[in-house]
Amino acid sequence: MTKKTVQQKNNNSFFLNVKKELYNNRYLYILMIPVLLYYILFCYAPMTGIVIAFKDYQISEGILGSKWVGLKYFKEFFSGMFFTRTLRNTIMISVYDIVFGFPLPVIFALLLNEINNLKYKKIVQTVTYLPHFISMVVICGMIVDFFSRDGVITRLLTLFGFENINYMSDARYFRSIYVGTGIWQGFGWNSIIYIAAISGIDQQLYEAAEIDGAKKIRKVWHITIPGISDTIILMLILRLGSVLSIGAEKVILLYNAGTYETADIISSYVYRTGIGGARYSYSSAVGLFQSVVNFIILIAANGISKKIKGNSLF
Amino acid sequence: MKMKKSKSEIVFLIFNYIFMFFAMIVTIYPFYYVINCSLSNSLELMGARGTMLLPKGLNFEAYKTVFNNPNILSGYKTTIIVLIAGTSLSILMTSIGAFLLTRKKLKVRKALSYMFIFTMYFSGGMIPTYLFVYDVLGLGNNLFALILPGLISTYNLLIMRTNFEAIPESIEESAMIDGANDIVILFRFVLPLSVSVIAVMVLFYGVAYWNAWFNALLYIRDKDKFPLQLVLREILLLNSTESMMSDGAGTDKFVIGESLKYATIIVATIPILVIYPFIQKYFVKGVMIGAVKG
Repeated sequence: MTKKTVQQKNNNSFFLNVKKELYNNRYLYILMIPVLLYYILFCYAPMTGIVIAFKDYQISEGILGSKWVGLKYFKEFFSGMFFTRTLRNTIMISVYDIVFGFPLPVIFALLLNEINNLKYKKIVQTVTYLPHFISMVVICGMIVDFFSRDGVITRLLTLFGFENINYMSDARYFRSIYVGTGIWQGFGWNSIIYIAAISGIDQQLYEAAEIDGAKKIRKVWHITIPGISDTIILMLILRLGSVLSIGAEKVILLYNAGTYETADIISSYVYRTGIGGARYSYSSAVGLFQSVVNFIILIAANGISKKIKGNSLF
Repeated sequence: MKMKKSKSEIVFLIFNYIFMFFAMIVTIYPFYYVINCSLSNSLELMGARGTMLLPKGLNFEAYKTVFNNPNILSGYKTTIIVLIAGTSLSILMTSIGAFLLTRKKLKVRKALSYMFIFTMYFSGGMIPTYLFVYDVLGLGNNLFALILPGLISTYNLLIMRTNFEAIPESIEESAMIDGANDIVILFRFVLPLSVSVIAVMVLFYGVAYWNAWFNALLYIRDKDKFPLQLVLREILLLNSTESMMSDGAGTDKFVIGESLKYATIIVATIPILVIYPFIQKYFVKGVMIGAVKG
């Protein structure tokens, strides 16, 4: 047999196999159609639109007809003032959120675990999870009202010597308000995973420690915390992995021209220049920069978590 | 065997109970404050200082105005339509996707799973997606733009897959022997055995659709097609309480205006506040399922 006929035979058997697979699992392939359509139309097809970041996109010319401009818009972004400003704001908000927001749910879960009245514990959980389900629009509407001049939180702050001003229009306070209210909204809900981890710890360990005469604090230190340390580390890696991926929603709802200096993050900038300013190619380039950096960080984070736990998070 | 508690432990326990009480107050008070303000007389509200433990000048004027507002009513209508259609479609598609990932005989299962998961790491981004959905698919100003772009949450899909995997294979095998095909197995065997995870999904997707506003900001242009959250944004954050008042004298406008904001918040949040205590345990369960996988 010559080489060619072998290849042809392989090709034939490949198509035969495909045919056989399609026939044998025909019902599964019928089910697959709508799901595939969704992923292709709403996830993968928009990805091809990324090429407009390298083109001078004109609506009249369409994506294919528009002229290539190479890295023009990337250069414009990197050399302009918005690059440092939005990157700095994105990272600072994220870092504040990790430093102040990450430990709180862990501490909360540890303290909640020491509440031995189950009914009280349940009530605390129900109440503290609540803000997680309230819409961002409502939360931000409340924030803007509470921190305005004469707002309820502003009045509270005046008791501690702060001025009675509209804090939402003062750039100095934006990050604190953004991060602080985020922690308020999420600490209860974010503690669930640690509560679950604590409840998975072998009770015999505590009993053994009790027989040895260990005090509560020693039990927490030597059993509970080591028992959930894997979860803590995984959550931290995951959180670090999304350091650049803060969504635009809350910033868009809270910021105003007076606070852009500290509030404007990459994604809100993409929204403003892209949707507001109709600068589609430029904003796509900015967005692509963020997506690519994000992707790399996420893959790295997932790789590390794989090493630690032996399986990836997803 | 219970050990006697030491003095320091008792002190800690008391402190801990008080701390938890404080945590609850901090969480719940802002909502309580909003409820009180919404029931207050606006004039008295403006002069009010302090903690507002009770409404000032109890009245329901603000609520009357809210419920007579055509934008709020049409917002409610849009949101409910999107919520019902979206949640049903999302759950149908998510369960099909999850089911496919559990079929070991499916040759493309691995590839399919990579295809789904990749979208959790990378996307086209806001602008290319916007241009594609708006211009290429022509969904601009169409309510489908509020449903289709986020139809499947891959995270939820993976939670469902984990659940489906736990269903004993023997059940499906016996169904196979009886001549049931895969579609029958999904709808007659797998889904009925997964009621609890479907409940979790109804709640996850339902709350997400109720609270969603950003896609509407991108795709919807006509005000009478705005979902509730976008109407809310106009009222709460773009300071257009005046625009809500179609008639009435100038001073009256202002008086209602103050408490109106708060009433709007409550009207838009009440469905969640009412159902939340009952469904909370399912949410927790849903997160646990995800956590087990992690």
